[in-house]
Order: sequence, then structure tokens, then C-alpha cells
Amino acid sequence: MSPLAKLLEAALFAATRPLTADELATLEPAAGEAGVRAALDELRRGYEAQDHGVELVEIAQGWQFLTRREYAEAIERAQFALRTRRLSPAALETLAIVAYRQPVGRLEIEEIRGVDSGAVLDKLVERALVEVVTRGEGLGRPLLYGTTPQFLEVLGLRDLDDLPRLDELSVALRPPAPAEPE
Amino acid sequence: MATPPLSPPVADGGGFVVELDQFSGPLDLLLHLIREDELDITDLPIAKIADQFLAAIGELGLSQASDYLEMAARLLRIKAQMLLPRRLDDDAWEDPRSELVRRLLEYQQIRELVDWLSRAAARRAEQFGRGFVVEALAPPAQLVIELNDVLAAAERVIALIPEPVLHRVVPRPLDVEGATAKIEALLAERAEILWRDLVGEHAGLVDVLSVFIAVLELAKRGTLRLEQPEPFAPIVIRRESPREAA
Repeated sequence: MSPLAKLLEAALFAATRPLTADELATLEPAAGEAGVRAALDELRRGYEAQDHGVELVEIAQGWQFLTRREYAEAIERAQFALRTRRLSPAALETLAIVAYRQPVGRLEIEEIRGVDSGAVLDKLVERALVEVVTRGEGLGRPLLYGTTPQFLEVLGLRDLDDLPRLDELSVALRPPAPAEPE
Repeated sequence: MATPPLSPPVADGGGFVVELDQFSGPLDLLLHLIREDELDITDLPIAKIADQFLAAIGELGLSQASDYLEMAARLLRIKAQMLLPRRLDDDAWEDPRSELVRRLLEYQQIRELVDWLSRAAARRAEQFGRGFVVEALAPPAQLVIELNDVLAAAERVIALIPEPVLHRVVPRPLDVEGATAKIEALLAERAEILWRDLVGEHAGLVDVLSVFIAVLELAKRGTLRLEQPEPFAPIVIRRESPREAA
């Protein structure tokens, strides 16, 4: 393994959160972004080839060592770590709307969901999955919400582009069916 | 139909939110009815679906829930509009259902995203990072209150207030400015003070109120921070560092 790859390995081992390529580049400024990327690739492939219990994962616009899926159950059974609590359907609905409409206000979320969403929005803010990003125009300058890096982390996404595109969904506005149901 | 299972009360903090396990709102229920009967969303038999919706919220005991009632009212209005006569060649006629159809399609899209997000989160949860901190992701621990703790706390509060004297007008107005000055002086000396340091043993009701309002005002201004390590523990008043106050 190259010296840079070993340095990155050490840094990624020490960190408790994903580190971005920019952050990693500060370890060895001479390496440059391309050098860091190449070393990260080398590291990831090394862990893959040597068949380790952890893998280097690209997540939340950064990189992080994560345990391999097949060990989740054993680790959890031994209570060394806990699977994150599942999000309620209401929380996921609100997250989906924030993710696609951001920056978005509470009223728009409630209009789409058809139910009061203040409490669920507060809970998402508390869990740092969404945050107030700006204030909107208009009456009362409403708070507008957006997703956080924590959102990407909890969903295992590299960035927001990992979300499915709306036109890829099966219910993306289709022409009406020709048959009359009645 | 049996009474619907309600999700546990911890599901939502603040406000009274009824969240059924089965449906997350009126649009969800409506979509369910449409799917059950394999109806065409874009050409909804509105009279039929309105009746079914009313029957369903009656059965589910939701006829008091405002979100569901609003939808019921909307359906009935559309049903009435559909009954109005119109000329066949009326180009300006706008389908009264179109707004509802748009919302349903939009909501259906959200539900599909929910499935996707849910799968992504479940997959991510199968992998652990280093230094996994349970607190960071778990919800705040549910408040467990023992009756004795409540009584003890109430006694402590009551003990600080002298016997109320009836038939007497409050002798002097609130002195919030004085209390503010006192708090600021104390905080200048020490980074951390207790509520008791401010009110003393035999403070009168007016003093307690003055200090209370002053503390809240200073907290709002970001001069200090209030902490309570556990339910009913003494409140710690901490000087806010200037960086965070900005």
C-alpha cells in the first residue's frame, strides 16, 4: 500500500464520521485532490481484495469505514452497537418532501401530506436530519427547511443525486388509462 | 371493524397528533380506497369515493379528526359540483376533480419515495461506523416520572413561597431590572449559578416572579443558558459564551 493510502487509512480509522476528500487532502497537501482520490481507491480495493470485516464506503459526500452487512446481526446481538431506530411513515413522508422540494416551508409540506406536520418536522430537526436553511418570502417570512449531511449518512447516500429521479418512479404522472372503471 | 390501533403516545411530541398505524393522513386513506377498488385516479367516480370515505372515517373513529373532516367536506363539494348541469360544448368547463387528482398523484409519488427511503435507511442500518454513539441517533429518553419525585419537587417549590397573605394587594411591582442586574453581577463572578442562589430561602412571590422573568429574558437574549440535568433537578444557570451568543 502507498504511504498516502496508509495515512488515509489511519485518519479514517480515527474519525467517527465520514471524512470528505477535501478534509482528507489537508493531511498531505502535496498529494492534491487527484492523489487523494487515487489513494482512497487503492485503499478501498485493498480492503475488498483482502476480504476484511470492514469496508471503505463512500457516504455523505465523504468516506467512512463501515462494518460489513453480514456482521450486523452478530454485532447487534452482542450489543456492541444498535441499529438506528426506524423512522415513522410520517417522518419519512416529511423527509421525502423536504429532500425533493428544499428549501421548503411547513405549509407546503402540510399541503402535500394533507395533515399537520409541525410536530414531525420538529422531531426531524431534533434528530438533525433536516434544518432551517433560510426564510421564505411573503407573510411572516416562513422558515424553510433542507436536508443535512446527517440525512445522507442515515440513508447511506453519497449525495442528493443518489435519490431516485422523480421521472424514474413508477407513478410519475402517466397518461390516464383508456378504460372506464364504471 | 375493531377500534384502530393507535401508535404509542411517544410517536409525536408536542400537540395532539393522532397517527394511525394504518394511514398517515386523509390522502393515504383515499389512495387506499382507490386502490382497493382498482379505480382510475384520473377519472374518479367521485360520488362513490365520497361515500366510501365517509363510511371509512366513521368506522375508523376519525370523524372528529379535522384533517379527515376537511377532506370529507372537499369530496362532498366536488360531488355537488359534478352534479351541476353543463353544456357539452362548454370548453371553459374545468373538471372539479382536477385539483384533488393532482394532489393524489403527488401524494402517491411521495409514498413511493417513502418506500425507497425506508429501504435505503434499513440497508444503511446494517452497517456500523466507528464510535457509534447511541444517543446521537436515538430519540431523547422518554420522560419517566415517579409520583414521589413530583411530590418532592412540588414540596420544594411550595416551601420557597411563604404563606400567601389573603386580602392584600401586591405591595410593590415586579423588579425585573433589579433581578437582571443581580443575575448579571453573579454571572460575572461565576460561570454557573443555581436558581437557589438567585432567590434565597425566604423570597417573596414577587421576587420569585421577578427573577423568573429576568432569567427567561436573559436566556432569550443569549446571555445565559438554562440546563436541567434530569427531571426536577435544580436548574443550572450558565453563562453563555460570547461565540454561541452570536
